[in-house]
This record gives sequence, C-alpha cells and structure tokens, in this order.
Amino acid sequence: MTHDTIVIGAGLAGLTAALRLADEGQRVLVVARGVGSTHLAPATIDVLGFADEGVESPERALQQFTDAHPSHPYARLSAELIAAGIDWFKARLPAFGYRGGLEENVLLPTAVGVAKPSAVVPETMARGDLRAGGRFVFVGLKGLKDFYPAYLAENLGRVSAVSARAIEVAPPLGGEADVGSLGFARRFEEPAFWDAVVGELAGQLGPDERVGFPAVLGIRNAGEVWRELETRLERSVFEVATLPPSVSGIRLFEAMTDALRQAGGRILIGSPVVGTETENGRVEGVVAQAAARPTTHRARSFVLASGGLAAGGIHVDSYGKIREAVFDLALSGLPAANGRPPFLPTYLEEHPLDRVGVPVDDLLRPTDADGRPQYVNLHAAGATIAGAVPWREASGNGLSLATGYAAAEAILKGHE
Amino acid sequence: MTDLVRDSLDHCVKCTICETFCPFSRVTPLFPGPKFVGPQAERYRGPGSSPDASVDYCSGCGICTQVCPQDVKIAEINSQARARMWEERGIPLRNQLIARPSVLGRLGTPVAPLANWALRERLVRALVHRLLGIHHKAPMPRFAGRTFQRWARNHPSPTTDRSVVYFHACGTNYYEPGVGEMVVAVLEHNGYRVVVPPQDCCGLPLQSNGNFDAARKYLRRLVANLAPHARDGLPIVSNSTSCGLMLKREAREILGVEDDDLKAVSEATYDLCEFLLLLHERGELQTDFRPLPLTVPYHAPCQQRGHGIGKPALDLLALIPELRAIELDADCCGIAGTYGLKKEKYEISMAVGERLFRDVTEAGADLAACDSETCRWQIAHGTGVCAVHPVELLYRAYGLDQRAGTNGG
Repeated sequence: MTHDTIVIGAGLAGLTAALRLADEGQRVLVVARGVGSTHLAPATIDVLGFADEGVESPERALQQFTDAHPSHPYARLSAELIAAGIDWFKARLPAFGYRGGLEENVLLPTAVGVAKPSAVVPETMARGDLRAGGRFVFVGLKGLKDFYPAYLAENLGRVSAVSARAIEVAPPLGGEADVGSLGFARRFEEPAFWDAVVGELAGQLGPDERVGFPAVLGIRNAGEVWRELETRLERSVFEVATLPPSVSGIRLFEAMTDALRQAGGRILIGSPVVGTETENGRVEGVVAQAAARPTTHRARSFVLASGGLAAGGIHVDSYGKIREAVFDLALSGLPAANGRPPFLPTYLEEHPLDRVGVPVDDLLRPTDADGRPQYVNLHAAGATIAGAVPWREASGNGLSLATGYAAAEAILKGHE
Repeated sequence: MTDLVRDSLDHCVKCTICETFCPFSRVTPLFPGPKFVGPQAERYRGPGSSPDASVDYCSGCGICTQVCPQDVKIAEINSQARARMWEERGIPLRNQLIARPSVLGRLGTPVAPLANWALRERLVRALVHRLLGIHHKAPMPRFAGRTFQRWARNHPSPTTDRSVVYFHACGTNYYEPGVGEMVVAVLEHNGYRVVVPPQDCCGLPLQSNGNFDAARKYLRRLVANLAPHARDGLPIVSNSTSCGLMLKREAREILGVEDDDLKAVSEATYDLCEFLLLLHERGELQTDFRPLPLTVPYHAPCQQRGHGIGKPALDLLALIPELRAIELDADCCGIAGTYGLKKEKYEISMAVGERLFRDVTEAGADLAACDSETCRWQIAHGTGVCAVHPVELLYRAYGLDQRAGTNGG
C-alpha cells in the first residue's frame, strides 16, 4: 500500500505529525508497536518547566536555554514554529479547551503535591494554578488507590504558599471491589455518579476554596462534567493529573485518533516495524510485522516517532550496546566508552544515557557523524531525538508536540 | 505454556495500557483485566490448580496484545492459562458441544427446518438454557439446509492459468453457503480458478474453549489437506477472518503447533480482502464496479485486526462508486465466537457490544459490513441491521448477482 507519509509510533509526537499531514489531505499511515506515552502522561503540554531554575515564561527562557544546550531539540526549532504548533493543537482539539501558551507557565499541583510548571493545559485543569496562592481542597474518592488527597495537601502546603486540605467522598461504586482511575472516569460519565459526589460535598466546602479532583472526571465528556461540577459546587473546580493509566492522556489519544480517522488516516497498532527498504539515500518503505508474514508499506515521506529509551525506540541491550531500533541510525549523546558508569550514586541526577538519541538537522532529519541527513525523506519527532532530558526539564509533551508539528511542516513544505 | 508466550511475560512493565483497552473488564468485574489474569497472575501459577477462575472471562479478542508497547503476548498467555485451567477442572459438556461447529453442522443440516424451528422456539431455548447453559437469547445462526462443499463439488471453476485455494471454514459451509458462492464468483471474475479442497473445522472454537488437544487434531487434519496446495505455490484465501488467523498465527502462537505443513499453509494464507487489495495494488483487480448508492458502516472485528494488515475492506469498498463506507472504531461486538452464547456470559457480551450497536444504529443504514461471521450475527442480533461480509458488496457492485441469478445468502 502506498501512502504519502508513514509515521512510526502512536505517541503524541507521531499522532501530531500524522494528524497535521492528514488535515492537509495527505494519505497517512501510522504504524506502531503498541500504544504510546499518551496513556502514561497527563494531557498538559509542558514546554519548558525547568532550566537552571524554574521557568516562568518559556518564551523568554527558550533562547538562553538553547544557547546553553545547542544540541537540544528545541535548538533546531524557532520559537515561532513552536508557537504555531501550540496554536494548531489548541484549535484542532477544541473539546479540551486548552488554555495558555508560551508566554507564561502555570503551576499545577501533581498527585504527590508538587507544583509543576506547564505552558498549555486543558480547561479542566487550568483552575488548579497555584501561583496566586489561596485556599485549596482536594477531594479523594474512596477506593481510588492512586490518589491520596491528604498526602497531596500536606506536601503542597510545604512547598508552596497555598493552604490545602483534603476531603474523602465515597460515591457508590456498584459493588465492584477494585476500581482504578479509568473505572472512576467511566463512572463519572454518568450524571448519577457525579451527582452523588456533589451531594456528599454539600456543606463541606469553604466559600473561597478551589476544589481539586483526581483527573478522572469522565473520558469523552470531561469538559461537560467539569462545567457541571463548577456550576453545582459554585466554586472553581480543577483536575489533578494522576498516576498511569493517565485518564487525561487517554482522552488525548481518543480525540487524536478519532480526528485522524475522520481525516482519512489509517492506524495500524500492534505491528512493530521489523525492517526497512532504503535506496539512494531515501527511505522507500518499512516492513511491519503482521500475522504469518511481514508486510511492506511504502510512502514518499517518513516520520520516526518511535520514542526513546523507555519506549524502545532507542534500544539498550544487556551488554550496554545502544542502537536506534528501526533504521539503526547514528546516535549522539552516548557516554564515552571509558566514561562514567551507567549507574550513578545519586538517584535523581541526570543519567548518562538521558540525552541519547538521534541527532537531527533543522528539518528534523536524522544526521550522520558529519551532520548530513541520513535519508532525505526521513524526519524524527519526539523522544527519539537526542539531547533532551524531559523528566528534568518538564518538557515531554512540549517536545513531542513541537517536533511532531515541525516534522509535518517540513514534509508539507516539500523540503528534501 | 510455550516458551514464546511465557518468555514475553518478563517484558511486562505493568503500564496497564492493556487494561485500559480491554472491552470485557470494562463491563464486568468478573474479569479483572488482561494484565491482572495474564502476566501478573501467571507468575503465581505453579504446579497444581489455581483457585482463581477469572481467566475464563477473557474472550480472547486479542486487543491487549495489539496495544501492548512491550510485545507481551497477553491474550496468548490468557488462552493458554485458560486451557490449563479447564484441563485440570474438566471441560463442561456445553463447551465441548458448541466448540464443534462441524459436528453441529453435520447434525443440523439434514434436519435444518426442524433445527431452525427449535432454535427459535422459546420453550426449547429455555430448556437448552437451563440444561446446557446456552443463553436463551443468544444469537444462533440458521442452518442453510445445504452445504457449501456440496455446491462446490458441482461447480466447475473455469480453467485459467491462475488458481487460488478457498478455505471457507464452517460458518460458510453450514450457515452461509451463499457467501461462499459470492467469494468464488468474485475470485473467478478476477480470473482465478477456485480450488475447494475438502476441509473440516480449524479448531478455533475448541481452542477458545480450552480444549487444546482436540483443537490440535482438527488443525493438523486441516493443514494436511491444505499443505499440498500451498507447496504447489497456490495462495489460500479465507473469508472467515478468525479461522484464517488461526492458520496464520494462532495455531503456532497459542496452540504451540510447529510443523512444516502448518508453516507452508500459514505463509500461503490470506484474508479475502487482503488478497483482493494486493491484486488491486498490482493492477490486477477488475474494477468494473457499478455504482451502489449505499452508506455502509464497517466494523473490523478483533480477529481481523489481529492479522496486522490494516483494514483492506475499506480500500476495496472505496473503489465502488457511490458507496460510502463509514469506519466504526468501537472495539468489539462482544460475541467472541462462542463466548456470548454462554448463559453466564451473554449479558457481558451484549454490554461489550453496546457501543458498536449504538454506532451501527446511529449510522442509520440498512446494512453494515463486517468480516467475521459470528460478529455479523451478533451485530444483527444487537441492532436488527443486516450485516454482510464486504465481499457481498463487491459481488453486487460487479453485477454478479444479476449474472448468476442467485441472491447469495
């Protein structure tokens, strides 16, 4: 089957590139080993939360940050392009009511009570912004093992200038013993369920308190549930991102794959790419695993968004040999052979393998040791690209969105 | 448990992505989820029997394996664990019976009017529900009263230089011989001689019901019949997408069968729509389609997705002028072969199918398309909308219905 573009990987980076291209009329195929980071990470777009210290405005901090880290993926992108990606994303997924931009970060509480900087956040989370201080109450749901409001509130009181307390409610679960985040989210789709929650909270909330719930307020109708709760509780309501499985990320996956299908895109999940066909410096096709025999899919352009070390896009074997899993592309950020050992004594320091990935040119094409593109029609996006440490920078979804969008733009402009 | 499956367990990082996709744990607390009963519980299944029987509520749809980013063979772990459980506990009579479609077919075909009457008679169904445990509302197909095999024996396929082997499977043989005739007509219209070797059940329902020994016997007999053709270089085509997947993958990955016959057959096997689309890609598919002014919601069954070939039916239907196919993204219809027939699982099966039923109904069409026979029966049961194999639309668009003077099934 011949496509205009084949995207390898179904995380935020891959889906962004695929949707952007399908919207422009391209025939797009997404092939993926499995479902990606969306189900693990929240739906906030964190562009840059920490440089040397906390970042208040990504717009102001980016230039200095990329000057200090010239091999960071953001150094390959203009601020205008990053902003354009965010504008496109906000407009393309109107149901999320995304707020914010590069101008300033909000600080949202995490499930463990840490203030996390985010540039663009769904409307269901926006009112959790801690910067202005104030009084917060966090509502726990009895039976939800991944959200402890008392722990959250106590930690938050220590690290930020807000007052926070916890309440637990026990809406009826219908006899089921063990309900996870997604199980609660499915229950919140039913008005009777959140009605019971509202009922339990009556009389328990202070007049000026903002009310935080775990991010399980429905799946396909979260905006509606959130608005209803605000109206009924007559207070600001917000969601706090929870541990995996991330319901807010699942919403993102559902919305983006729906949109992609409606734009004519095809999605093939469960078919890892096991081979490639290349000729004269071009990628002609990828060979995806299928029942009985691998299948070759051909296209004019390719986007490699297979993830980094965690997702297996970059593979490390038990001998410490590191390779890019699909095309065996050149890597950068590798520790020197006789350099530091791969384990450090301090747990939360930067790991020597953190920045390993594929080096890219300004069109996000993976480059060889001389800085030349390895294949003229292959672009990389997301965690596959070398040079970032998303978990320290608070930049994960921002990098995925920006590079996924930029890869699509490079393809649309016909750069080769 | 086979090494291929057991070894994959160590790749599980407990991300729970599979659990978020499981259509069955979504609707019933009786199934705690694919990770829970699979890679997690498997670590504790030592010698001796387990007191936990929840793995029986896995339908084997395989969605968990597809979405797993770590290549853990979750559905396969669960199928093998279920087989072991039933081996220890003894397989109930009901599960032995409904897992043998060709036996039922041979019994029901000669007495089709009586059998069809009985299957729709409330008192009989109430009795069967109580005595055997087959739910009284479950969608049971009608016996055609004739077999596709008999039709094929009397049907001279034109001699051409291109031949294809047709694996029609039990559903076509006993219940929908008309669909088989359409498959043959469409392949012949594209210049193929269609060879229909004698064939029995592939063993899939036995595998789903945990009777691996019996499943392997059926499977081996079938591949022995098909292998000589595969070795002659003939492609094997099937319109039964789940039975085709048995030949392509499940016999090896779930039943653990490794032999040369199976290997030859696997490599030669194509899903019907996959085969036709490959013809089209080579410029060999006849495209003399007449317009069919229809809107058709299309559901790709779970087992079809297990082929890893995308949704070729959508590309084929797009070739028919004026036909608008709507891709439905509901995951599962709930029937899972024989799962939804069972007294204790029927309600679960209908709850799983609810979203698909709603989407089909909302599409407002007179018919839906779906590759798998039991899923079509479930869709019809859940919506009242007639569900056809995509080949029926191709057949009509080629105008073969008028030429052949039959109206298929």
